[in-house]
Amino acid sequence: MSSEERPVLLKVEGLKKHFPITKGVFRRQVGAVKAVDGISFDILKGETLGLVGESGCGKSTAGRVILQLYSATAGNVSFKGQDLMSLNKEDLRKQRPHMQMIFQDPQDSLNPRMTVGSIISEPLVEHGKFKGSERRERVEQLLESVGMNREFTNRYPHEFSGGQRQRIGIARAIALSPEFIICDEPIAALDVSIQAQVVNLLEDLQEEYGLTYLFISHDLSMIRHIADRVAVMYLGRIVELTDSETLYSTPQHPYTQALLSAVPIHDPKHEMNRERVILTGDVPSPANPPPGCHFSTRCPRAEKRCFEESPEWREIEPGHQVACHLV
Amino acid sequence: MSTQASILQVENISTRFRTQDGYVHAVNGISFDLKKGELLGVVGESGSGKSVTMMSLLKLLPMPPAEIVSGTAKFEDQDLIQLDTNQLRKIRGGKIGFIFQDPMTSLNPVLTIGYQLAEPMREHLGFSRRKARKRSAELLELVGIPMADSRLNDYPHQFSGGMRQRVMIAIALACDPKVLIADEPTTALDVTIQAQILDIVKRLRKELGMAIIWITHDLGVVAGMADRVAVMYGGFIVEEAPVNELYANPKHPYTQGLLKTLPNLEGDRAKRLESIGGQPPDLHQEPKSCPFAPRCSKAFERCLQENPSLINRGKNHKVACWWNSDSGEKV
Ligand SMILES: Nc1ncnc2c1ncn2[C@@H]1O[C@H](COP(=O)(O)OP(=O)(O)OP(=O)(O)O)[C@@H](O)[C@H]1O
Ligand SMILES: Nc1ncnc2c1ncn2[C@@H]1O[C@H](COP(=O)(O)OP(=O)(O)OP(=O)(O)O)[C@@H](O)[C@H]1O
Ligand SMILES: [Mg+2]
Ligand SMILES: [Mg+2]
Repeated sequence: MSSEERPVLLKVEGLKKHFPITKGVFRRQVGAVKAVDGISFDILKGETLGLVGESGCGKSTAGRVILQLYSATAGNVSFKGQDLMSLNKEDLRKQRPHMQMIFQDPQDSLNPRMTVGSIISEPLVEHGKFKGSERRERVEQLLESVGMNREFTNRYPHEFSGGQRQRIGIARAIALSPEFIICDEPIAALDVSIQAQVVNLLEDLQEEYGLTYLFISHDLSMIRHIADRVAVMYLGRIVELTDSETLYSTPQHPYTQALLSAVPIHDPKHEMNRERVILTGDVPSPANPPPGCHFSTRCPRAEKRCFEESPEWREIEPGHQVACHLV
Repeated sequence: MSTQASILQVENISTRFRTQDGYVHAVNGISFDLKKGELLGVVGESGSGKSVTMMSLLKLLPMPPAEIVSGTAKFEDQDLIQLDTNQLRKIRGGKIGFIFQDPMTSLNPVLTIGYQLAEPMREHLGFSRRKARKRSAELLELVGIPMADSRLNDYPHQFSGGMRQRVMIAIALACDPKVLIADEPTTALDVTIQAQILDIVKRLRKELGMAIIWITHDLGVVAGMADRVAVMYGGFIVEEAPVNELYANPKHPYTQGLLKTLPNLEGDRAKRLESIGGQPPDLHQEPKSCPFAPRCSKAFERCLQENPSLINRGKNHKVACWWNSDSGEKV
């Protein structure tokens, strides 16, 4: 599949999300957490874009703003050419079945008072898909496809282990056969065998229905496997974006390089004696990002201008974009 | 390491849950020994009873529906299982730190991060409000959260997934525990911050002689951190060995399958991932045969009739399997 032929499914331009910081009883605004601070990218139909980056750099927030679960501070998101931010409530509701999210914290999305069966069938009911026994069959089939027992429909979320709860969230997200899914750490809580099962399932769905994914994960080996292209985020901004092959073989941004050097390897002999690039220097806050390059406070190669000027987002080779003065 | 004294001796813990359709036999007679200063890695299938085992030790499960059917857990000449809630409260979060798998269930959404960090230090160490707050900010900084002092006033929903997890780690470390039980503590962390946290833990082990139980799915983390590893399946420990030995010479077919399923940073990226075929065991049945037998390529008659117990097969290497992986013999 050559990427030139694929249409753009999702277009994100200059997206920002700032959370106000308030003080005192009158909740006077004294600043803002710049969780997402101007990101732009396209996702092509049928592709998987990986999104990686430091904990707290704004990945989940970006996902929520893209799906309009949070309102954006600035920027544009269009889905199949339609500007999502201009839609009214009802039109947005009609788009919902096409765009779903698997949440990082299953607790956020599983109502503890509902049975697993009703959690998974809720979107089917809401959008009037399947009826009666057909719906029951669909729910059981969904449970099975995420590696769980059909008979679990009458149980409650607390009766399941962490990994099992995560899979309930996945079954719910794929219930309506959406076109686009944001997967926020969908496999972090699963053992490797079930990780493989879930990832294989996501890939099968992609193959069969041309599904498109934004796949957020800290697991760089899995990202390498599943993503066609990868965006690396640091403190609210994207610092590098290219295809998986290139990113893993010739990472350009110093943050990407540090990240890749720290991946744990499952070989105790190797692992016990390994030296990682452990980042030192001040961890900056999104409420008060450093002037110039956001990574400058911890970059092992930073020069004078990195502390002063914000690096431009530019294409160094076709399809390979980086924001760094030194590249 | 094996000459060290044990700090926690767990014997024959069984825990089940009462449900509408009978008992769920989640943990079926788990025994292990934790030595002073040792790091025991616990890996295993999702749903195999890792969390329930550890939560049983400190009665962190809702009872009912949970019932601890049998077992002892010796810690400093006391049997934790026999202690009442008041006595346990003095130990939990003090001498034994616990990091929960799901930070959102254990952080209280209506209390500030600062309050939740300071509270155990005030209770267990008798710190004043000011001292506890100061120490809370230091701990947050230690786990890599910038502008820690001002973030103490935030509520959990204002933190990212990985930041909540780091708050849990900071709370568990606050009172310099003798034993730290960490249940999937770094799943939401990127590899650089994870490396930083692992370094802190290694340092505390050395400085304070803290013993650690580390539950994880990340076999790379286990490889770099653990002295010994226990592998769980269907509510049992099915294999236990020193870390190098386990990776070089896995003896249980489940462990062998697990080590084969890993994706990695080299090789063909498009290759389909391998998984272990079949369904996890139905925990509603009281286990009478080997729980892995229905999925095991090595299984023979006996495996479907009798459950093998965990026995020594090689130096410090224990396995629960009727098939001898070294000789190929069916025992
Ligand atoms: N309240 C409950 N009622 C009924 N069954 C329960 C309850 N809590 C846990 N279980 C069951 O006990 C088994 C063990 O759960 P546990 O949480 O210990 O698994 P785990 O090994 O920690 O898995 P994971 O890796 O997914 O976290 C699971 O099959 C789960 O469904
Ligand atoms: N509702 C909120 N109110 C205030 N600040 C918030 C809110 N949600 C997120 N933040 C802040 O925005 C920043 C980015 O958070 P986000 O959850 O997007 O990070 P993330 O990249 O998903 O991290 P992780 O990998 O740890 O999940 C963090 O500093 C967080 O504290
Ligand atoms: Mg997140
Ligand atoms: Mg668990």
